[in-house]
Amino acid sequence: MRLLKDAIGRRAMGLVAGLPGLLVLLIVVGLFLKSRAILGVEPLSHLLFSSAWHPIKGEFGLLPFIAGTVWVTVTALVLAVPVSILTAVYLSEYAPRWVREAAKPVVDLLAGLPSVVYGVWGVLLVVPFVGGVLAPLAGVYSSGYSILAGGIVLAIMTFPTIIHVTLEVFSTVPRSLRDASLSLGATKWETTRHVVLRKGAPGILAASVLGFSRAFGETMAVLMVVGNVPAVPRSLFDPGYPLPALIANNYGEMMSVPRYDAALMAAALVLMAIVLFFNVLARRILVRVEQRVR
Amino acid sequence: MNGIANGRLRGRKRTDLAFRVLATASAAVVLLSLVLILGTILWKSAPALSLSMLTRTPRGGFYLGKEGGILNAIAGSLYLALGATALALLLSLPLALYLNSYKGPASKTAVWTRFFLDVLWGVPSIVYGAFGFVVMLALGLRASLAAGILTVALLEFPIMSRALDEVMRLVPHELMDASASLGATRFESALKVMVRQSAPGIMTGVLLAFGRGIGDAASVLFTAGFTDRVPTSLSSPAATLPLAIFFQLGTPFPEVQQRAYASAAVLTLIILAISLAGRAMSRKATRHVVR
Repeated sequence: MRLLKDAIGRRAMGLVAGLPGLLVLLIVVGLFLKSRAILGVEPLSHLLFSSAWHPIKGEFGLLPFIAGTVWVTVTALVLAVPVSILTAVYLSEYAPRWVREAAKPVVDLLAGLPSVVYGVWGVLLVVPFVGGVLAPLAGVYSSGYSILAGGIVLAIMTFPTIIHVTLEVFSTVPRSLRDASLSLGATKWETTRHVVLRKGAPGILAASVLGFSRAFGETMAVLMVVGNVPAVPRSLFDPGYPLPALIANNYGEMMSVPRYDAALMAAALVLMAIVLFFNVLARRILVRVEQRVR
Repeated sequence: MNGIANGRLRGRKRTDLAFRVLATASAAVVLLSLVLILGTILWKSAPALSLSMLTRTPRGGFYLGKEGGILNAIAGSLYLALGATALALLLSLPLALYLNSYKGPASKTAVWTRFFLDVLWGVPSIVYGAFGFVVMLALGLRASLAAGILTVALLEFPIMSRALDEVMRLVPHELMDASASLGATRFESALKVMVRQSAPGIMTGVLLAFGRGIGDAASVLFTAGFTDRVPTSLSSPAATLPLAIFFQLGTPFPEVQQRAYASAAVLTLIILAISLAGRAMSRKATRHVVR
């Protein structure tokens, strides 16, 4: 009887274990089926690289949105990666123990804040700052609702991801290697640069890629500060219209326009494919890092 | 000769100092962003925060600046997150138990399952939203509390599973061996020993997922609907705090925007409370782990 229970338990739990893989597959297949209505009509190259977005006329070029996403994400990463890595260096190499302990809740809380809260904060502080301080400094006019504002908010949102993974990578660098370098007369920074950063390089790359894919799919916070104008942006102070914002903004009305919903599903599929690719890449690098340590 | 060496040493020391300052400054920037965010939200919301806001639903003309509160959104968000968290736990607990009691940590199944969980963790919530919408249509549901719960549960599932998996990995092998040597089947050991040993950690993981679920907007945008009433059944639409904030901020009226700030403060305080509770739990957890 008990053995029977054990057998049943094992089967049932085994089924659940297959769920994550199945779910990934289901999401891709589900989105693909729903976007077939447009994938079958428009050539993929046209869908991805045309900047004509006129749903009423049946023109669905995703280029402005893909460009918007890339602009915002790259801006965010340029800001976030150096700060995050240096923070991780500080926390793992320089900080006293109590600071390191105290930093954990700070990073966790940054990761836990909802994206709408980031969005509200962006509207309150970042948008006026970009529009009123940075744009005049750069000698251009901007309402503040811009790629740069989106990038700044997004950078802060990606801090926790990059810091967390980088710290974990740094902790896999053996203490003895650092001591060896220091005992040869290297300064703390030289040790960090030639030992910790060199050893951790693949892991840092993976952390950045993870941050990238996190930023790429962020919706609400960016949507609220980026301006949402469907044109390919030309400068940091231009508004943009990222893919996730497109999906979020138009879901209400899409039912009335033919093939609109399929176009949005195709947008979701493109998003999923890109994020999936970068995620898998980052995880593979991390697995390799872990294996090397063992 | 000596002078050159000294000069070079001084240069190296200067670089060292420069980078120490730079690294410290970066950490300060990160801390400062958090302080700025919390400070701005709480500061701006102070004038609009009131008790009636928490205890009343929107009245006529609420989105034009008239009377009312956000009880509909608070209740909707709590129902939604509670339901989704319960559903996610129902999937995550067996999954984590299976990986850690039936399968070794390095087995192929475990490695692949963790890999897919990590991938799912990285899927943007708007994609969950779109997928939830597809599932909702396929099941013949309308935008409702039930559809919202389903979507948010999918979003929480990888977060919770990974958290539970991490705590269960810490359960000492000897404990499971002792249970087995007393004649318990793996199923019994998993349920009675592993769950109990990692209970506080499980609570932390559940709270983490709950926090993620209650704060997410993009996934419920098309699946939960929006309403001015407190939801009464699974099939009625439900308002959520993040969406309430988003809609209020989108109106052109300063009074309503004020309320958006106040709603954001309420959401932030909920998240803070959850995070503090989780912290208290995990402290307890380390106290109980047999080393």
